[in-house]
Amino acid sequence: MNGMSRRGLFTAGGGLLLAGCDQLASPGKLKSIVQSAEMASLRWQRLVGRDALAPEFSAADLSPVFKVNGTREPMEAEYQQHKAENFANWQLAITGLVDNPMRLGLDELRRMPARTQITRHDCVEGWSAIGQWTGVPLGLLLKAAAMKTNARYVVFRCADNYGGEVAKGGAQSKSIYYESIDLIDAFHPQTILAHSMNGAPLSVGHGAPVRMRIERQLGYKQAKYVMGIDVVASLAGYGSGKGGYWEDRGYEWYAGI
Amino acid sequence: MASIAASDVDAPRPELRPEPARSYLFPRHALVVRITHWVNALAILFLVGTGLNIFNAHPSLYWGQYGANADIERRWLEIGATGGAQPQGFVRISGITISTTGVLGVSNGANGRPQVIPYPSWATFPSYRDLATARNFHFFFAWVLILNGLLYLGYSLVTGHLRRDLLPRLAELSPRHILHDIAQHVRLKFPKGEAAKRYHILQKLAYAGVVVVLVPGIIFTGLTMSPAMNATWPWLLDLFGGRQSARSFHWIIANLIILFTLVHLLMVVLAGPYNEIRSMITGKFRVDPEVAK
Repeated sequence: MNGMSRRGLFTAGGGLLLAGCDQLASPGKLKSIVQSAEMASLRWQRLVGRDALAPEFSAADLSPVFKVNGTREPMEAEYQQHKAENFANWQLAITGLVDNPMRLGLDELRRMPARTQITRHDCVEGWSAIGQWTGVPLGLLLKAAAMKTNARYVVFRCADNYGGEVAKGGAQSKSIYYESIDLIDAFHPQTILAHSMNGAPLSVGHGAPVRMRIERQLGYKQAKYVMGIDVVASLAGYGSGKGGYWEDRGYEWYAGI
Repeated sequence: MASIAASDVDAPRPELRPEPARSYLFPRHALVVRITHWVNALAILFLVGTGLNIFNAHPSLYWGQYGANADIERRWLEIGATGGAQPQGFVRISGITISTTGVLGVSNGANGRPQVIPYPSWATFPSYRDLATARNFHFFFAWVLILNGLLYLGYSLVTGHLRRDLLPRLAELSPRHILHDIAQHVRLKFPKGEAAKRYHILQKLAYAGVVVVLVPGIIFTGLTMSPAMNATWPWLLDLFGGRQSARSFHWIIANLIILFTLVHLLMVVLAGPYNEIRSMITGKFRVDPEVAK
């Protein structure tokens, strides 16, 4: 056997081994056992620190450049019109399992009691950036809307029809970005609808007019371009029913780790 | 009662003397140690493969609380590739660029053709870029590592395995003894006979180092990357100097664990793979009669 064919055999053998390993990642019983770790992490983290506050930093710690990631600008006609009008006619809808459905303009949100926090944003990819966020605590809005007793989750509907980045892995079909959290995170004091970043109105790149800050979870939970908030009993009926754009593409719904 | 002469006591009694010419099987590893060893091996295999896949999503390391693409003054390591028709792989460590085409940055994919990817496809799980699946498996096996490690640690503390077998004795820590052990290793002279039943000082230091430093280190640096754990245990950030520092330490410790594993496997092969691997499966280790010195 000459060197080339031995090498060819080695490559083929290695390829076969890799293909065998990759089989483990395909949907099935093993994958569902593996994915049960998500709920173990959720339960553990809620057990040891259900109400803990995310660390807050000082102005000296701010990232000089806060990376813009995901959608940089929604190109949908509705959003483009709002942007052209400087969001003067944009309204946030709070609907679903509430006694008082609400529609709030950007000026109304800006006049409401706000919390300012300097926190670290952690992308699922691995990088971090520190920014200052100002916005209305979500719990305040939910109390005003008076949730019904069967409410379990809060869903954030966004303006962007996101196509993902194929380079980041897998086929990422386009669909409306959305996210969801449970009521523990919804009423967490640091969970805010941020309308300002680093002391200025939120830029389009970072999610104008408002984006979520859910400070104990990863970046993909921090939905940008929020158009509506739905209070629901189940996540079925949104996307593939996993509770978010990235969740529908295999990422954990609970992104606390 | 008749008085016993000193010669009667000192004289070796033939029936109690071990038969010198025969080898025998010695119960070396307890069942719990064997089970936790193999569960641990499986967990480490998946944690490394998925860890490399996760690293590929952002192949840069930084020091401090934050770090992203623009924070070049905080970046100390980067695995990348040059642009163009024939991209070249490189690793940049604190401004020094090392060409790594073929292994890091650019390597052959499953189809045998070069592809731009930080860690090569053959080293990652899955073999293609899939951050979501890699994370699913990484956190599952992180739980396995932790629970299995707690079982091992609890067992080893209660039975005295840690103190008896892994804790170096004071005399063993003398530089002379350690240097002698290193010299013996360099000459590939491993303990034989009765001496092979106990760990020698380099083994003790390596195993205790993994159990006491590397595994707790990889777990706590991992937890420090969790935003929810940062809220619950903010001291983790102080301990490691920020989330991005913790990510760097996580990578460094992972490399030390990989290095340990490779040396461990090499030693198994050199010391006699059949006897060594059997002792970790059935627990029985063959002790050969000591060769006359």
